Parts: sequence; C-alpha cells; structure tokens
Amino acid sequence: MSALALYSPVPSALHRTPAGLELAALAGLSVLPVRVAGAALGVVVVLALIGARLTPRQLLAQLRPVWWWLVGLLAFHLIVTDLATGALAVLRLATLVLAAAVVTATTKVAELVAVVEWLCAPLRLVGVRPARIGLAIAMTLRFIPLVAERAERIREAQAARGATRPLFLLLVPLLVQVLQLAHTTAEALDARGADDEAPPRALWRRS
Amino acid sequence: MSRRWRRSAAPSVEEAAARPRTALELVGVGHAYGERTVLRDVSLVLPEHRVGVIGSNGSGKSTLARLLNGLVLPTSGRVLVDGLDTATDLRAVRRRVGFVFQDPDAQIVHPTVAEDVAFGLLNQRVPAPERDQRVAEVLARYGLAGHADHPAHLLSGGQKQLLAIAGVLVMRPARVVFDEPTTLLDLANRRRVAQVIEELEQDVVVVTHDLDLLAGFDRVLVVEDGRVVADGAPGETVDWYVARMS
Repeated sequence: MSALALYSPVPSALHRTPAGLELAALAGLSVLPVRVAGAALGVVVVLALIGARLTPRQLLAQLRPVWWWLVGLLAFHLIVTDLATGALAVLRLATLVLAAAVVTATTKVAELVAVVEWLCAPLRLVGVRPARIGLAIAMTLRFIPLVAERAERIREAQAARGATRPLFLLLVPLLVQVLQLAHTTAEALDARGADDEAPPRALWRRS
Repeated sequence: MSRRWRRSAAPSVEEAAARPRTALELVGVGHAYGERTVLRDVSLVLPEHRVGVIGSNGSGKSTLARLLNGLVLPTSGRVLVDGLDTATDLRAVRRRVGFVFQDPDAQIVHPTVAEDVAFGLLNQRVPAPERDQRVAEVLARYGLAGHADHPAHLLSGGQKQLLAIAGVLVMRPARVVFDEPTTLLDLANRRRVAQVIEELEQDVVVVTHDLDLLAGFDRVLVVEDGRVVADGAPGETVDWYVARMS
C-alpha cells in the first residue's frame, strides 16, 4: 500500500495539529534519550491506533519494508557493541517509522509541502522559488506509484513474450516511458499556469 | 519553447484573459519539429462553439491543438485567440484556453485529488476560501467529492480523466481544448466524458478518433499530412473522412 493511502480524512485532534509541529516532533524522536525510548514507542503506537485510527495491520505494513534493516541493525550492534545498544537503535528506528505513519495519516500533503516551502523561504534571496521545491516534492510523491505501475506493465509485457531477465530488460523501456511522461507533464504544468509567476531575482541582481 | 513574462504590459494578463470570446484564428500557420514539418500554411477562423478535429495518426492534429494555447508556437504565421497572439500574449492565452491531455496520468501532478484540482488556482493566486469553494464545487459536479482526500493513483481510468477535466475547468477558462480525451476509456466513461463536453458552456475544440463524439458539433476539420483537407458540418465531413479511410 502506498504511504499516501494511509491518510485518513476523519477529523481528529491530530489532524488539527499544525504540520510544522508534527514534523518537529518527528525530528525530536530521532534524538530520543535512552530512558524514554520504550515509552515513546508506546505513546506512538497509542497515537497511531487511537489518534490516527490506523489498524494494527496497517502499522505492521509500515514496518515490513524496514524489517530487514531492523534485523541487520540489531545484528550489527550485537557484533560491534552489545544487545542493549542494539535494542535501543531498533526501538528508535521502529518508533520513527510508526511516527511517520501517524504524521502521514493525519496531515495532508499540501500541509507538509507548505512547511517545506516556509522553511525554504530564505532561498528567495538567491533567486530560488520555494513553491517550485514544494511542487517537486508533491510531484515526487505523485509519480512514485505511477512509475512503479508503468514498470509493472513493462515487466508483464516482457514476461508475456518470454523474457527471462525482466529486471535487467526493464530499465531502457522504463526510462523511455518516464521521459515521455516527463515531457507531457511539463506541457501540462505549462497549460495549468505553473509558469504564471515571474521568477524572483537574486539579491545581487536587483537594481 | 520561449517563455515571456510581461512585467509592465498593458493591459494586464487578467484584463486580457477576461476579454470577450470572438474566435480562434490561424493565419498562415506552419510548424516543424526540426527537419520534420507537421503543419503547412494552415489558415482558419473558428468562431464556432464546438469544433472537432479528426485525422490519421501523425497527421498534425495534436500539434494543431497545442498551438491553440501556446504549448507549441508556430514556426511561421500567427495563432490568435480572441485577438491575443500566442507568441506575445502567452500567459493571457493560457488563462483563456484550458487543455485536457489524452493521458490523465501525465496531467495529474499532485498526489491527492483535491490538491491536484487546486493546483491551477494556486498558480492564479486565488484566495484560499474561494479556492476551497471552487474545488469543492467542481469535485461535486464530476462525482469526485467522496475522493477529495484520496490518492489520485488509486482512481479508475475514467475518474482520472474526470479529475484532469476538473483540474482544467476549475480555472474557468473561456475555451477548452481536448486532445483525444476518450482514447484510453471504456464505453461508459467515453459516454460520461462526451456528456461533460456536451454540457460545457465554454467553446471547445476536440481532437479525436472517436467519431461518435462529434455528433452535435458545429464544425469538423479533417487534417492530413499537415493540411486541413476537409472542413464542414459533422455529418458530411465525417462521412467523407470514413469513405476516404475505407
């Protein structure tokens, strides 16, 4: 399941929490002290189940892609340090993944993008448009599942014609399709007024 | 493609974009992609409400459509939209002329449905309350209100095309150009899109291979090898085209 499909439109206190605050809390979790790491995981799980209304199955699905990272991390620490340090590292990573799921489930992409644009606002001074950075992030989130879908279609077409190394053969046709898609999308951005604003002038170029 | 921002132009883009509808005009228009010429000396005046464009693959009809909102600029001649030249009044032309592409996946640029519809309004600096209202209205009109916060990639093909159309119509263009809007759709969704086009109060130009879509249109053009080879009422023009292709 795409992470975007996690978003729950049912209003809650977490939905009303400003996206900037949620992202700051997420960053804070990454430097959690040892003593509260276990408690933090508990709080995040409760928030996920009750606050964000995620099901236990959805939570486990979020951990599945990082499962081998967690195992590898624990194994690495068992060799290099000790079990307690390894367990803490695993706990932190799992907490972060679940907390990110809570943020995704309770925050619209537009709100997250608005925070990024706000953080990038000073870049206007050097001629960068923060809105462009926000658009790039939104488009990345939009096109990841689309490119995955196109890759799957090519893989099926190749398999139907007897391809024995579909992963290797996938790259060139996928690249061609993605470039065609990029060309049409660029036209669509123009047609929908993405270029409607004159670019900001860098500080040293202002007269 | 050249991009022009008119910092001190008069009238403003908003004023120019709001001028009354008169006609689309192509005056001796030619276009070439490098060495390959795709349109040759096309001259047309299109004041009609609904105009269809048909022709075989590679005939130049999609290029003709792209000329109408400045996605492609002519290499010779001029394209005028209600008197505005696409080469010099590009921003005003694009505000007047919405464009719906064949593949909605290429046109949907935001991850969720409501955010994508709002994209064009954000570009036009429409205030948030009005933006939210217009997005809600257009989503309700096209049966997408229940999907407002859903990821766009989870919609069906027909819903994606309706979303692409909603994303254009929410900007309230005076004219809409459709480039093969039903090619990727099943019969039910083709009928739905045909109904949407039929109900539009905007003037429309529809490039299509779906000849049934053109019933009730005011005028149909047949493009072959970069030239308009037939031009008239849909009945006789479509019959002529079908006989030519048989």
